[in-house]
Amino acid sequence: MTDTAAESEAGDAVAEDAREGHAAVTGAGSGNPAPVPATGAPVIRTRGLTKRYRGGQLAVDGLDLTVAAGSVFGFLGPNGSGKTTTIRMLMGLIDPTSGTAEVLGRPMPAAARTVLPEVGALIEGPALYGFLNGRDNLLRYDRADPTADPRTRRARVDEALARVGLAAASAKKAKAYSLGMKQRLGLAAALLRPRRLLVLDEPTNGLDPQGMREIRSLVRELAAEGTTVFLSSHLLDEIEQVCTHAAVMARGRLIVQGPVADLAASARGRLAVTTPDPGDAARILKEHGLTGLSADGDRLTADAPPAAVDLADLNAALVGGGVRVRFFGVERGSLEDAFVALTGEGFDVAG
Amino acid sequence: MSQAEKSQAEKSQAERALSSDPRGSRNPLWTLGLLRSEITTLLRRHRTYALLGVLAAVPVLIGIAVRIETGGGGSGGAGGPDGGAGPAFLAQVTNNGVFLVFAALAATLPVFLPMAVGVVAGDAIAGEASSGTLRYLLVAPAGRTRLLLVKYASVLAFCLIATLVVAASALAVGALLFPVGEVTTISGTRIGIGEGLVRAGLTALVVAVSLTGFAALGLFVSTLTGSGIGAMAATVGLLITVQILDSIPQLSGVHPYLFAHYWMSFADVLREPVHWDDLVKNFQLQGLYVAVFGSAAWARFTAKDVTA
Repeated sequence: MTDTAAESEAGDAVAEDAREGHAAVTGAGSGNPAPVPATGAPVIRTRGLTKRYRGGQLAVDGLDLTVAAGSVFGFLGPNGSGKTTTIRMLMGLIDPTSGTAEVLGRPMPAAARTVLPEVGALIEGPALYGFLNGRDNLLRYDRADPTADPRTRRARVDEALARVGLAAASAKKAKAYSLGMKQRLGLAAALLRPRRLLVLDEPTNGLDPQGMREIRSLVRELAAEGTTVFLSSHLLDEIEQVCTHAAVMARGRLIVQGPVADLAASARGRLAVTTPDPGDAARILKEHGLTGLSADGDRLTADAPPAAVDLADLNAALVGGGVRVRFFGVERGSLEDAFVALTGEGFDVAG
Repeated sequence: MSQAEKSQAEKSQAERALSSDPRGSRNPLWTLGLLRSEITTLLRRHRTYALLGVLAAVPVLIGIAVRIETGGGGSGGAGGPDGGAGPAFLAQVTNNGVFLVFAALAATLPVFLPMAVGVVAGDAIAGEASSGTLRYLLVAPAGRTRLLLVKYASVLAFCLIATLVVAASALAVGALLFPVGEVTTISGTRIGIGEGLVRAGLTALVVAVSLTGFAALGLFVSTLTGSGIGAMAATVGLLITVQILDSIPQLSGVHPYLFAHYWMSFADVLREPVHWDDLVKNFQLQGLYVAVFGSAAWARFTAKDVTA
């Protein structure tokens, strides 16, 4: 796969992108220097992308999104926060009210015909022809792509089926498929050709835990091959496990974007101490300048101390003060903590 | 994903095959792959066979009814005076089975044939939208104009198939139940059986062309909604409305603009020589409908937000 066209466009966009990567990190994330490792031109870049539906409802509001090449980008947000509308605009299915979207360095939806053959997409769940079997569904989608080579069609369809673990069920009518099998077939359709970008909207929906693990390892495998993956999910675990970068949306607006590690770190961890002497422990920790103390039986937690404080010293101080310590450690902030801190609401609350 | 290694090998194979074909080079017959897929997909739906089955049954019913009627009466000649009241060509069927083709087309053209076409045309875009497959075809990317053209082409193919099914069924039933011989034209002259069959084939073609305007209208309706059933119902509703309007004499001013107005002109193929005036008017009207509603469908579909 040589992409000379993209390579030449990459040069001038890199510097600009690095700067904009910073600028786009807003809200709680802005405290952390979070340079997006721009390994190439951004695969997705939107500027002021806005969609107002005819009813007047503002679905997406001034979105500035940058997805660097080679990243696994998690797209988070509660139901109704504008994720799917954004994805549909990126795929040229709906026209933005204002603003611009570029995919693989070319404007969408104007360049849909040249961009989309290099993009595999799973949008709002799979959609299949129930009266066709799995293989024929893929053949139909592949025939819809005028740039797909008909000579390699069958081989590519077989390979995509094998890749998602559906080879054995390929002759079965799609209407007899379980939700998980449909999801796999939808993924197979996105993998019919080598892609530069995969857009996966809730790819593990309807899958059992084993299936979820398989899909996650498939996503990692694809990313390792150099495919940029844009993954929307409501499962924060999943984003944390799979993604290198993430963006959070709420009520049509982008709240934050940046590397997942930085986002999770922005939700400060908690120092946790388990001891039969919580009173003494609380006093000693307070003397050492820790804040946000709260006790629950023999478990004591506090905001994690700044990096300058050595945890070993803290522990020594506790033991030196006669506190019997059963457990001592920092519990890392999760993406969920960050999310709740950013949106001020639980994840399942619709925006 | 247990066959990871195997699939890896297959993959590199596929990639090699791909790289031998420079990206961006497109098949000059770029719509044919999708058109073939579209037509085979259409022909693999049970619904299509149900529609064609109903159409094929009409000549069988007509044939059996005429046979029983004349068999009971014992006099084939009685068809003459009755012919004025019944559907066109019915009277001649007893003398010549070939006439069942014309009789069946005359019986199915006002309602059955366009209804079947309306179902297929109305479902063309809206059906894909309601099943969600439209978004995957568009991100494939099928291209909106290309998809619309392919859809219209497949609806036209269905018009032809449906008409030929009626004609073929009628010819088979006619040959089975009635004598076949020289054909008496409407003008009163007699033509040979070979020439008669050619006229029958020509008639089927004319009937198929008569449906093209309505097919374009159905396709336009199909781009307006995301509900396949809704589009089918609206299209068939339009057909019935137009047929009613066409039968109200007080509205004769608008009659020449109704797509169904010249449909029955196909009978002129059976004159000697063929009487072209109304046939040409029919073709012009169909062309007008194709142009107007084809453009409207294109304008609507290429600007549409696909949210289904």
